[in-house]
Amino acid sequence: MTKERKEELEALCLRFRNELIDLLHAIQTGHPGGSLSACEIITTLYQDVMNVDGADPNKEDRDHFVLSKGHAAPMLYLNLAEKGYFPKEELKTLRQINSNLQGHPCVHKTPGVELSTGPLGLGLSAGLGMALADKYKGLDSYTYVLMGDGEIQEGGIWEAAMSGAKFKVDNCIAILDNNGVQLDGTLEEIMPMGDIAAKWAAFGWNVIKCDGHDVSAIEDAIEQAKACKGQPSIIIAKTVKGKGIDFMEGKNTWHGKAINDEDYAKAKAILGGAK
Amino acid sequence: MAEKIAIRDAFGEALLELGKKNDKVVALEADVGGSTKSAVFGKAFPERYYNVGISELNMVAMSAGMAREGLIPFVNTFAVFLATRSGDPIQSLIAYDKLNVKLCGTYTGLSDSYDGASHQAITDMSYVRAIPNMTVITAADATETKKAVEAVAEYEGPVYLRLSRAAVPVVYGDDMKFEIGKGIKVKEGKDITIITTGTVLSKAIEAAEKLEAEGIHATVVDMHTVKPIDKDLIVECAKETGAIVTVEEHSLQGGLYSAVAEVLAAECPTKVKGIGATDFAESGDYEQLLEKYGYGADNIAAVCKAVLADK
Repeated sequence: MTKERKEELEALCLRFRNELIDLLHAIQTGHPGGSLSACEIITTLYQDVMNVDGADPNKEDRDHFVLSKGHAAPMLYLNLAEKGYFPKEELKTLRQINSNLQGHPCVHKTPGVELSTGPLGLGLSAGLGMALADKYKGLDSYTYVLMGDGEIQEGGIWEAAMSGAKFKVDNCIAILDNNGVQLDGTLEEIMPMGDIAAKWAAFGWNVIKCDGHDVSAIEDAIEQAKACKGQPSIIIAKTVKGKGIDFMEGKNTWHGKAINDEDYAKAKAILGGAK
Repeated sequence: MAEKIAIRDAFGEALLELGKKNDKVVALEADVGGSTKSAVFGKAFPERYYNVGISELNMVAMSAGMAREGLIPFVNTFAVFLATRSGDPIQSLIAYDKLNVKLCGTYTGLSDSYDGASHQAITDMSYVRAIPNMTVITAADATETKKAVEAVAEYEGPVYLRLSRAAVPVVYGDDMKFEIGKGIKVKEGKDITIITTGTVLSKAIEAAEKLEAEGIHATVVDMHTVKPIDKDLIVECAKETGAIVTVEEHSLQGGLYSAVAEVLAAECPTKVKGIGATDFAESGDYEQLLEKYGYGADNIAAVCKAVLADK
């Protein structure tokens, strides 16, 4: 990634963080923490890596993105609007009645959403299914599945891990938003996951680690994953929940808390206030 | 007595034939392919047969991704596991996203007889019938199984197709017309209507013959589709006969009896009595279990007479 492109994406991420805080403050509902930790991952995928077209959401050879941690929907919607899937004006209807933007992604309401998600632990299996279907159809598309690290406590994830290895689904790239925090506390407190990389490696996956807030490192990791054939890859992206707003960082209490006026003013000051 | 054919064998053949005609049809299996007979498809089309091992939830979620990409996945395992262990992706992916997945739950009712109550599916209809967008079908014989497989493949959307392990009498000729959502009047009579879903149809026909010998004329309806249910046919039968008995190898809560009673309560209040499960069953010979738990022709006839006495 060129220095210029990196700076462009970083500027975009800062704008998305500002827009996210504006949005969640305005509607007084939604999940700030997980959207902020996934900001660089989702933005790098949509704005830099994936073959997608907002004007042609169903084009046959497109890449797919499955937001398995569906509660980060606001960050997905910001990216979809930026790509032109729907007017940015619609963003302010998030989570409101009659809106196309549901609290968790919905295929039939939001153009560009590839799978309805929210109930955790299903997205990886579905992503494998998409990728296997693409292989069967002879397409060169990639499917990217973003999971939370709390999410991998679901048993279904490890069922999917076995299938990914058995069927050699090298066109499905899993990305783990490894922010170390879940709704009720840290992973260490709630359910320690031990050596996550060793677990995936033991299940037969090619494991790549990267800084999940460095757009260039994320792109490099995806290139490495694409280079691995005959085996599925997972990118363990080290992130910080609530990244970019210091008083939210690493705090499980900001998983799904409404932003009051005082915290909003503080957050905007930290982000530089860009509107 | 008519020739008996196992529903699962008919299904295996039907899936194979479908695979020959349509290369978008793929099959998923959770390590019981020799039992569900999906292995017949797998042998012919190994490149589109996915045995995921013992991981039912993963299997259904994988099929969701395949359907999003335009394939027509047939998902196979025992109904007792499909409806419960995969309940989350069935609801949150297959039904919510209106995906073109055909969930094939086999060994319904008491048909996995020797394995016992842990393997007998007597609640699966209740789970899936409550889910929006879901179509629920139970096959009554080998002919209907083949026709149903063709019909659900043609239909665009989620289907839960209930199959059986049992060898049961072939009721229908090859010229039978199968339409999703349209019940079939197998026999017409003016005194009482017996509505069934699944392989108990042959028992109901036998019961109707016994009643006929006693001068009681029963209508027998094969309500293969419990959702969306054929309201018009239920109301028509209620008006014609004024009394209804339902028979299903399934809990009386949430299946055929519930669906029929819901229609009658709203459209045409009529006395309706249900024959179905009120408790877990047990291991044993299938025919002996059917007799013990009330699905034998004699009991069906007796229930009909009791309802008529109270008419």
